[in-house]
Amino acid sequence: MIKILIPTPLRPFTDKLDTVEVSGATVGELLQNLTTQYGGLKQHLYAADGTLRSFVNIYVNDDDIRYLQKNATPVKAGDTVSIIPSVAGGSPAATETLPELSGDEIKRYSRHLIMPEVGVEGQRRLKAAKVLCIGAGGLGSPAAMYLAAAGVGTIGIVDFDVVDFSNLQRQLLHGTPDVGRRKLDSAKDRLNALNPNVHVETYDAALSSENALKFFAPYDVILDGTDNFPTRYLVNDACVLSGKPNAYGSIFRFEGQASVFATTDGPCYRCLYPEPPPPGLVPNCAEGGVFGVLPGIIGVIQATETIKLILGIGEPLIGRFMIYDALRMRFRELKLRKDADCPVCGTHPTVTKLIDYEQFCGVAPHQLEAAKPMMTNLDAVTARELKAELDRGDMVVVLDVREPQEYQINKIPGSILIPLGDLPRRYVELDPNATIVSQCKSGVRSARAQEFLRSKGFTSIRNLTGGILGWIDQVDPSQPKY
Amino acid sequence: MSLPTISLTPAVDAAIRAHGRETFPHECCGAMLGRDGVVHDAHPLPNTTEEGPRRRFLVRPGDYRGAEQRARGAGLDLLGFYHSHPDRPARPSQYDLDHAWPSFSYVIVSVMAGEDQRLTSWRLKEERSAFDEEPVVITNSPTHQLAKS
Repeated sequence: MIKILIPTPLRPFTDKLDTVEVSGATVGELLQNLTTQYGGLKQHLYAADGTLRSFVNIYVNDDDIRYLQKNATPVKAGDTVSIIPSVAGGSPAATETLPELSGDEIKRYSRHLIMPEVGVEGQRRLKAAKVLCIGAGGLGSPAAMYLAAAGVGTIGIVDFDVVDFSNLQRQLLHGTPDVGRRKLDSAKDRLNALNPNVHVETYDAALSSENALKFFAPYDVILDGTDNFPTRYLVNDACVLSGKPNAYGSIFRFEGQASVFATTDGPCYRCLYPEPPPPGLVPNCAEGGVFGVLPGIIGVIQATETIKLILGIGEPLIGRFMIYDALRMRFRELKLRKDADCPVCGTHPTVTKLIDYEQFCGVAPHQLEAAKPMMTNLDAVTARELKAELDRGDMVVVLDVREPQEYQINKIPGSILIPLGDLPRRYVELDPNATIVSQCKSGVRSARAQEFLRSKGFTSIRNLTGGILGWIDQVDPSQPKY
Repeated sequence: MSLPTISLTPAVDAAIRAHGRETFPHECCGAMLGRDGVVHDAHPLPNTTEEGPRRRFLVRPGDYRGAEQRARGAGLDLLGFYHSHPDRPARPSQYDLDHAWPSFSYVIVSVMAGEDQRLTSWRLKEERSAFDEEPVVITNSPTHQLAKS
């Protein structure tokens, strides 16, 4: 007779005994005799097909029979056989509660349904999926439109902006009649017109450390369509902390980037860039411009990766960083590794909750909107004051530090154009004792020009508050804005 | 037969919830030791799943054995196991059902966005077809205060 140790949960089936003695020459025979004697055990030890359930472990003395001869493992008097549970479980998979497709939906998605990689189950996964788009701008537009068309059941959008004429060159969610509307409203109308089956959830707020985790909670994938570093780091960290994949994209001028960050085993944005660039080094699209079709490519890559993640098909863009150059029409791919020392997703993270990202990126709140707050009158001049000085005939040099193509759109009459990037080698063209007013589009670049010229010994240099836009508002409304 | 209930001491309730918050967004798991339907010790165990701890947990046979020994050493019984459902409701999944053992209590705590929410307890029906939810009582009665191991 061989001793079999019965684990707690099975004792109700062995008359509460924790040890039972059974005869047999192999483990298989022992178990057969055991379940004959105690019939109630059978369904808990064996699956319907007669094999041992995967979470039932049989040990002979201290060895798992999987590494011996399995059922044929011989046993002899004095051996102890133990039945040891692996206790396992998990959260409800999306498949358990997958919604059914209506007849209309079956027609609508028929080109998906006939592909084995999607099929009815995949389409039901898409219907159950929830994707949160951060921003309804250049990237958010094509991404959300394709996600809606593909049948993603819930699309959330976080945005606080209003549609502007300058958005229409690339942000296809919004049309000319939408100028002045909330982007959330035009986005919702557009997505529901595309596909009324999609539930569009809107969040009229700037994403912040206070609201990010709450907004992210109900969603499966986060699609980052942001245009600034503080929000990009915030999205990344919130994705890591809440365990949601980040379908990342960014665009500038003719170049775009895309990747999938913050999956369980993959790298995050901080594995690539632990720290943001110094403030002002990398201009945003409003300053540097963006090729209108570019977000079409990058946003659709983000939508593609999001849909692949939901369906669990193909090779996701995890651990790979895609760089697209529209002018050369070339894609490049960099390999990324998860960094064990990453401050947020590494083995010993130092960032364990959301921080102040504007401070982290060296940006004071709203600094980009105008460079005026801490300037005294000695440093700054308003458009009206400048106009009065020019009208009086004062000797004022207006230095425009924008790019030539911007200068072609609008300018202050008589101004000199030296783009900011050329200033270090061309400032010698200026008289260091002249009275100079530096000017750009809104006042950010001209403040840097002011700083630079002061460091070169220029004594009288003021910054035009609000830039050319301020000039148009206050002095010359006949000129176009961009 | 009266409806089974499970009682947790306030410390056990707090410990399970804290464990769920700590491991978020991953699942936590642990053994529940006690006597007569009252859990006196929530013993955290490593989640050793290889299928992604966001949606799965696995207690290794060795850790299971350790839990039984710990119970015996403390003069308690192994009453069941707890685990968390990150960003999912506190309802058992099909996977939970497929892997459930009879007579154990399975406590599930839902952790949404890092915050613990509902805590429920479940027992496998004898024919394995489904779980029955069992009421969870948070007890404070001094008669239940046994010495912890």
